[in-house]
Parts: sequence; C-alpha cells; structure tokens
Amino acid sequence: MTDKLNRRRFLTHTTLLSSGLYGALKTPKAISSENTAEPDPTKVPGSNVSEYGLRSPHEDIKRLPMFNIISGTPLHKLQGSITPSDLHFERHHAGIPAIDPNQHELLIHGMVDRPLKFSVNDLKRFPAVTRTCFIECSGNFNARATPQTTVQMLCGLTSQSEWTGVPLATLLREAGVTTKARWLLAEGNDAAVMTRSIPMSKALDDAVVVYAQNGEALRPAQGYPIRLLLPGWEGNTNIKWLRRLEVSDSPFMTREETAKYTDALPDGRVRQFSVVMDARSVITSPTYPERIEKGWHEIRGIAWSGRGKIHAVEVSTDGGKTWLKAELQGPVLAKAHTRFRLPWQWNGKPTAIMSRAIDESGYRQPTLAELVEVRGLPTAEAYHFNPIHAWEVDAQGQMTFRPEV
Amino acid sequence: MQNRNFTIKTLSLLASLSLFCSELNAEPQRYHIGREVSSSEIALWDTDIKPSGSGLPPGSGTAAQGREVYSRECAVCHGQQGHDGPFNALVGRLEDGDFPFATDPAAKKTLGNYWPYATTIFDYIQRAMPLDRPGSLTHDETYSLVAYLLFKNDLLSEDTLLNSNNLAEIKMPARDRFFPTPGQDIPELDVLN
Repeated sequence: MTDKLNRRRFLTHTTLLSSGLYGALKTPKAISSENTAEPDPTKVPGSNVSEYGLRSPHEDIKRLPMFNIISGTPLHKLQGSITPSDLHFERHHAGIPAIDPNQHELLIHGMVDRPLKFSVNDLKRFPAVTRTCFIECSGNFNARATPQTTVQMLCGLTSQSEWTGVPLATLLREAGVTTKARWLLAEGNDAAVMTRSIPMSKALDDAVVVYAQNGEALRPAQGYPIRLLLPGWEGNTNIKWLRRLEVSDSPFMTREETAKYTDALPDGRVRQFSVVMDARSVITSPTYPERIEKGWHEIRGIAWSGRGKIHAVEVSTDGGKTWLKAELQGPVLAKAHTRFRLPWQWNGKPTAIMSRAIDESGYRQPTLAELVEVRGLPTAEAYHFNPIHAWEVDAQGQMTFRPEV
Repeated sequence: MQNRNFTIKTLSLLASLSLFCSELNAEPQRYHIGREVSSSEIALWDTDIKPSGSGLPPGSGTAAQGREVYSRECAVCHGQQGHDGPFNALVGRLEDGDFPFATDPAAKKTLGNYWPYATTIFDYIQRAMPLDRPGSLTHDETYSLVAYLLFKNDLLSEDTLLNSNNLAEIKMPARDRFFPTPGQDIPELDVLN
C-alpha cells in the first residue's frame, strides 16, 4: 500500500469519525497496518462525497513529459475515444501562460469593416457549437523508437476531446470581412506569441473558437481561456491562448510555417502549409510492455483522419500477409479518433500484429517505405509521418514494438 | 379567374407572414456583441511583419552593432559561431544545389540554408526571443541582430545599415524551394507561387 493511499484512507476515516456518524470504526492503528489488501468494501462504510472527483489510487495513468516541451497521452491505457482533459497531450513553445479570463480578449482586425474585441463572456453569448474531434501534433512520430517503445512514446501526441465554442465564421461575419480577404493570422497570448496563417476557406468552413473541453473550461495546457480549433489540421495551427486574428489577403510566412512545420523533399523542394493530418491507425492493445497468454484476446486500437471519417481499418495477425476488417465502434465521426477492435486467438507462436486505416476520401495509411520514397528519411523534425506500425509477440507472449527506422 | 386571384393573394399573404415569422428566429447578420477598437489599441498587438516588409517598425542597425547584441543575448543558446550551441543552429550555408534535409538526418537547418524570408527573422526575434525575456529587444537591437545573422550567413555586408526599406529585399537562398502542399482542397494554396 502506498503512503498516499494510507494517508487518503486515514483522512477519510478521520472525517467520518469527526462527523460522528460512525462510532464503531476500527482504530487508525489498524488502518495504517502493512496489510496491502483493502478491507471488504461491504463491511466498512465508504468514503464521503467530494467537490472534485479523483481517480482510484489503484490507477496509474500519466502523461509522459519529454524535453520539457511535449507530454504524450497514454493511449495504451485509454478505452473508447475521448481523452480525459488532464491527459490531453501537450506541446508548448514557451510554457503555459497564466491568464486571467476576465482580462483576456480576442481582437479581430485587418481587412474587416469593424475591428472588434471580444471578452470571453462576449464569446459565450454567441450561438455555440459542440463537436468531438482529435488534435494531433504533426511531429507525432518517433524516429528513435526501440522494441521497448510504448504507444505513448511512439505516437502519444494525439488526443481527442469534445470541444464547445463559437464558430469562427460567426465572429468574422460580426466584424464584416472584406471581399479581398483570403487569409488570417491567428496569434496566441503566450511567451512564444505563437502565430500561424490560416486560409479563409478553413476559417469559414469548420473553425471554432473554443472555450470548453469535455464539458468544462479548457485546461491551461490546452489554451485556457480560448483556443482556435481547426478540425483535422495539424496541432500547431490550433492556436492556444488565442488573442488576435488579423484578416489579410496573403499569408504571413511566420517562423512556424516556414522554418518549422514544413517538409523537405528528396527532390530538393520544401512542402509548405501541409496542414491536413493524413489517416493513421495504431494498435493500443496488446502492445509493449504487455505479456499475453495463449488464447483469446481483443486487438484494440484507434484510427483517425483529418480528411473526414474513417472508412475501414484492416488488421493483420500474421505480419502483414493477410488482413482482416476490424469492427469500428460507432458513431464514426469525421476528423475523430475511431475505436477499432478485432478478436484474436493467439496460438502461442511468434508473429506480428499490424493495423492500417482507410478514410472516406480513399486515402490508405502507407508503409514507412512508401512514405520514405516520396518524403525522404524522417529526421528529428519529421512532420506528417503516419506509417503502418507493427507489434511483435515472441513465444513467451512478450509484446514488443518493431522499429521501422 | 377571380377565385384564382384570391388564391394567389392569400398564398402570397401567407408566404410573407411565414417569412416574417421565420425571420424572428433566423440567425441575424450581426449580434452586436463585442466592442469596436481604435487603431491605437490595435497597434499595441499588431506587430507582425509580412514578406513584403509591411509592419516593419522604424529603426535600423548594422551587423557590426549586432555582434555585441548577439554575444549578450543569443550566444548562450545558439553558440558563439551561431551553429555551436545547444539549441537551433542559425548560421550555415550549403554548396549551390545542395539541399540534404530529406536524405541526411544530421543536416542542420539554418537561416542561410532553409529560412525562405528575411522578414520572418525580424518577426520571430521581436515576438519570441530571447527565450527568457521575449519581446525585450528594442527595434534598433533587432535590426542590428538580423543584420549580424544575415552577415554571418554571407547574405549582407558587415556595414550595411538594415532598416524597413531594405530588409524585405534580401532574397534568402532557399526561397524558391518552397511550394504549397497540393491535394488538400485548400483554394488559397492554389494561387500561391
């Protein structure tokens, strides 16, 4: 039993005692014993209600911080499709700013009839929309993966939330966008004063200025009090701590869309504004470090596409020789993590399990070899690498990752 | 005939009534939420600089002046030579025609071999650098720093005075390599060159 658990149970029981409800409780001495087994929950009163719920102390589920600039979602420990807000991946360029929502404002200016500033409360007065979609960092690829790499280390920089906010089109109509407007600059209120150029077609299509995530206010790490949500687009364009939108007739060529988040190709050219996230899938279980037994298992994973709905996920249990269609958990939403599952009877022989996604546009998740042929080698700044991943199982049932690079 | 006229009149009356009723709940063109802001309030935040040079503030500086600013503010992260620090390499050119970033994972992207616009250097330093005190440099310091970094990349002479008139005219070596990613159904990208 952990110290934390001991302390929590001690506090709970102290509360019960002081409230005078239960006079017959065991003494604190018995509670703090070295016995690791919980008492029969039908024989002791449970703990009290609370203002804000906590996980069971038996659950160990955490983000994985790396280099103090990213932390990955533990995809291998999640079920369904929603990422709990406190486990949403992070990528910050100059830390998480401390922002008073009562002081925060959003400015819309540039090629508009009326430059306007909105308070957070102003934004909440507009008709709202809610949608569930993923946000994925376009650098969500691990070129240094080893057999002992978890799904979290491999591609933990994708998460899914139910977001609520005001359509950007509503705000742009309020300011009156002029006819020559084609782009807008989105700017954050952090120490990076992060900026990206957003095409007007995306702004008017499905962009949302969101203030809520999974039913409550955004987490500070996710842009509190407001962020830009561009469903299906690379994470960096979903500007957090949004404070300014400048409407213009051309892109601004900010550092993040020139020096970074661009893709050098083998022919010597550089792809710029590669913003749509290509379809991808990954098996989340069984994967490293799991050790499985002979017999029935359910292969589980998630698939997603920035182009729309996932059409199908195919799974191979023989290292890619044959593929079976996995079952998709409905409702299948556009630009959203989609859970897939396939029953699997492991015969005890070494093999590899793999998954590949096909989206509604017909795009098929490529192999790494196919990607490298078009895109070149993935470097330390490998953006938009979404290859088919394989997980091996040895004769003892030990799962390991098969590095592609 | 009379009957038909009556029917048409009745129908059009009903149509206009229903139109009127539906407009009561229709989405209006404007909600009149938010406050209008003055140009001076906008100017406090509107510091971005475009490739045309629009947005560049008054001020100027030379590479010679920038050497001291670099040494004081930048060298600790980017190295004395601009490519020998723990963080991003800023200085370095490639042979003409050489561009190894998709074949050599060790190749370092620098201002001189990768950044397509000189205006972006000014914009980025002004908004986000130095890392521990972003936005703390004066316009003159920023111009001189950009001049120094361009000089170190063999893109500007040491004594050229850099200002809002000539910064946007500097053509970066990798400029023509950049192209908008096709096949994403984004009309704005089709018209970029």
